[in-house]
Amino acid sequence: MSSAVAVPLTGVLVASACALLGSFLILRRMAMMSDAISHAILPGLVAGYVLAQGPNLFAGFLGASLAAAVTVTAVEALKRTRRVDAGAAIGIVFPAMFALGTVLVTWRFSDIHLDADAILFGNIEFVAFDTFVFNGQDLGPQSVWVMSGLCLLNLLFIGIFYKELKLTTFDAGLAAALGFSPAIVHYALMLVLSITSVGAFSAVGAVLVVALVIVPAATAYLLTDRLAVMIPLSVVIGAVAALIGYRVAIAVDASIAGAMVSAVGVLFGLALLFSPSQGVVARAWQNRRNRAVIASQMLVVHLFNHEGAPDSEEESSVEHLSDGLRWSPARTDMAVAGASRRGWVVRANGHLELTEPGRETARLVLAR
Amino acid sequence: MTHAPLFEHAPPGTPVPAVSLRDLTVAYRETPVLWDVDLDIPAGSLTAIIGPNGAGKSTLIKAALGLAPLAAGSVSIFGEPYKEQRDLVGYVPQRGSVDWDFPTNALDVVMMGTYGRLGWIRRPGKAQREVAMRSLEQLGMADFAHRQISQLSGGQQQRVFLARALAQDAELYVMDEPFVGVDATTERAIVDLLRELQARGKTVVCVHHDLESAPDYFDWLVLLNVRIIADGPFAATFTPENLSRTYGGRTHVLGRLDHEAVAREAQEIELRI
Amino acid sequence: MSELLRDLIFDYTLRNVALGSALLGIVSGVLGSYAVLRRQGLLGDTLAHAALPGICIAFLITGSRAQIPLLLGAGIAGWVGTMILLLIVRRTVLSEDAALGIVLSTFFGFGVLLLTFINQRDDANQAGLDKYLFGQAAALIESDVIIFAILGGVALALVLLFYQEFKLLTFDPEFAGSLGFGTTKLSVLLTSLIVVAVVIGLQTVGVVLMAAMLIGPAAAARQWTDRLGVMIVLSAAFGAVAGVVGAVLSFTEERLPTGPTIVLALTVIVFASLAFAPARGLVWEWWRRRQQRRAWALEVARLKAEGHVR
Repeated sequence: MSSAVAVPLTGVLVASACALLGSFLILRRMAMMSDAISHAILPGLVAGYVLAQGPNLFAGFLGASLAAAVTVTAVEALKRTRRVDAGAAIGIVFPAMFALGTVLVTWRFSDIHLDADAILFGNIEFVAFDTFVFNGQDLGPQSVWVMSGLCLLNLLFIGIFYKELKLTTFDAGLAAALGFSPAIVHYALMLVLSITSVGAFSAVGAVLVVALVIVPAATAYLLTDRLAVMIPLSVVIGAVAALIGYRVAIAVDASIAGAMVSAVGVLFGLALLFSPSQGVVARAWQNRRNRAVIASQMLVVHLFNHEGAPDSEEESSVEHLSDGLRWSPARTDMAVAGASRRGWVVRANGHLELTEPGRETARLVLAR
Repeated sequence: MTHAPLFEHAPPGTPVPAVSLRDLTVAYRETPVLWDVDLDIPAGSLTAIIGPNGAGKSTLIKAALGLAPLAAGSVSIFGEPYKEQRDLVGYVPQRGSVDWDFPTNALDVVMMGTYGRLGWIRRPGKAQREVAMRSLEQLGMADFAHRQISQLSGGQQQRVFLARALAQDAELYVMDEPFVGVDATTERAIVDLLRELQARGKTVVCVHHDLESAPDYFDWLVLLNVRIIADGPFAATFTPENLSRTYGGRTHVLGRLDHEAVAREAQEIELRI
Repeated sequence: MSELLRDLIFDYTLRNVALGSALLGIVSGVLGSYAVLRRQGLLGDTLAHAALPGICIAFLITGSRAQIPLLLGAGIAGWVGTMILLLIVRRTVLSEDAALGIVLSTFFGFGVLLLTFINQRDDANQAGLDKYLFGQAAALIESDVIIFAILGGVALALVLLFYQEFKLLTFDPEFAGSLGFGTTKLSVLLTSLIVVAVVIGLQTVGVVLMAAMLIGPAAAARQWTDRLGVMIVLSAAFGAVAGVVGAVLSFTEERLPTGPTIVLALTVIVFASLAFAPARGLVWEWWRRRQQRRAWALEVARLKAEGHVR
């Protein structure tokens, strides 16, 4: 398989495998926990390589899974002591693990496959040269096999335990009452995440794994609020970003992993700005409209409250409005115009009078 | 709305209400949580603000203290804007609003009450320490001055907060649910304090949740549910009709009041299904 | 030992590395205290990662490896990251945790893209920017230390000046607001100072380990005292000790990289504090519990023996 096929294919597979898990991690508020895990697997990976006397895939997976288990357990234990908060617990454990890994790398073998750059941003560029040979037959790039396997694993994991994952994510108490242990689901998810991280680690490095895990899911969450849509959508977003990133990286001759993550960041930015429901632009537009309606509502409530009171004469004068409500003349005009247009008030010699629909509106607004 | 005899508590020569809200609407993210509130709280009164959850009680006092955004209307404290009267106001936030594991002791928290008068950068000295000690003594907390705050009981923590407000040496004290989750001793201490403050001509405004104890503690009442339902002298205002107007149809109120919360809740429920 | 002490004072390399690391320890220890108490420890992690594209863009604009513009770029990028973080938290359904992770990883990814782009484009400057990834404490020179001292000195002076205000802001921001202290302004100032600490840390321990420098000393110091002032001083001391120990260890044992060694030294301090600090130490708590259980068991046994209970 040539690099022109193997590299983008690996990218898409890595992004898909990562994105599959992202939705649950985002909804469980474990984004930083996955950041911690992807860093903390380093010492396990190195230790595995040391024991296997070379970059053995299986030893790497085993060591990394153990390191991830240590990390998750240590963070949970630190939280339980109540001596530090959750964020600090994460911030104590993962740099320590990462530092340990770095020391191991420099200490044991500086000539090993893992150089500094590979740890931080992987070497997806070279995946085509690392082929999987079985019975003397070249079966294509190892990374394609590994990442396909991880995609399948994650798909199976989510498919089989969908109900349990969903229940423990939204209502851990209910899940426990129904006999689904939230702790077991939690550790299982962490295990699958750490295995995925190891696989992705060699392609895109420690920090960028996190981006591919959580950012597509976060982007999808801005576009839909249905979990069943969110998961496939995040996979599509991750895969598309991988392809765009590959093209960009080739064009500007820069890191493919970096370009993939930049692409996913851009997609997130677009969703953040333009999502129809959550987007900043849609929200601003909605607020603008709301502001006009609410100003008119405030006006009728104000008139309604003072109707029949001794000061109603003064309170209903158009001049008083700016003064009493501390509104700018422009805002007052907007409110009066809006309320008139809706037929809530009529103007009579410098005063505003509520109409029956106007009174009804005020009652409705206050009754809610 | 009653605007009837307002100033029966006011000392002669100061007919200005302690708190005066005019056409006040408070909105979070463009959504009003208080609608067109007109309210005068007479100087020298012990006022309770009562209403159901989500009625905007805390929002009302936060607006009065310049801590919430005003969509319309104005606030005055003793006739002037809050900004100019800050030194006249003592504030007791909800006890649950801070992290009690913060590394400090009771005396130090109480000294924070003097920071407002001190202003930027100036350090508290001996005078401030004495003020803080006196405030603690007044609440029976002198023995706990050097106790780490996480080692105090809930009631003792509440008394520390009250002492901090006392150290502000204010004319108006605004308290958010001071009676929540306190023991009998603390409840007694707070009531005594309220009475003593009133005797010294101070004004106290409390957000209160307990309808049963309210008549014993307060002499002025504000019933609030998104707008002012009724306000006035306690006995005259604390009527079954007013209370049912305040609390009645409450589920309906909650149902549409907080758009954001409802939308999020709905989203979560939908995801769950 | 005496030889080591002599090296510490007279060896040009070791002196600079130890001084620089100690300065980082002090500054991040002090500012980390506030960050940890405000439960914002991981903000430092995000700021550190977010700084990378800033460094690269500053390099692309100026075309030189001059310290000041690069650090300025790092600071600005950190700030932009914080703004986007706030935007995400305030305007969307995403939690703070997700927002931290999103800003951290996408900014860093963009930084990697720029960094590799720069490296391919002109090879000569390669080593210049890479050092911000893992930090190169071992390569600190006198001018670095002077810059650290100035930046750190300004930050510490501001903390000293606004000690009370920061304390109030951290403990009870609402009350601070009611007293008329602008809480937004104070927050902005405090976060900016944390950015300064991060900028110093990038060169020394690098992007990934910066989180530890902010969180570790403060989390350790919190266990030993119940006074904020003491906690801050202790935190600075722990940071400095870890810095010097890391520098010395990696000086004597060549295969130990400085940044990671500093962080490992710090981790030892953190766990020792959690275990053995008086009053809050977990070991003592465990011991107290055990004694209690024993006394209780003894009491039950006695009551049984005397026939009060069966």
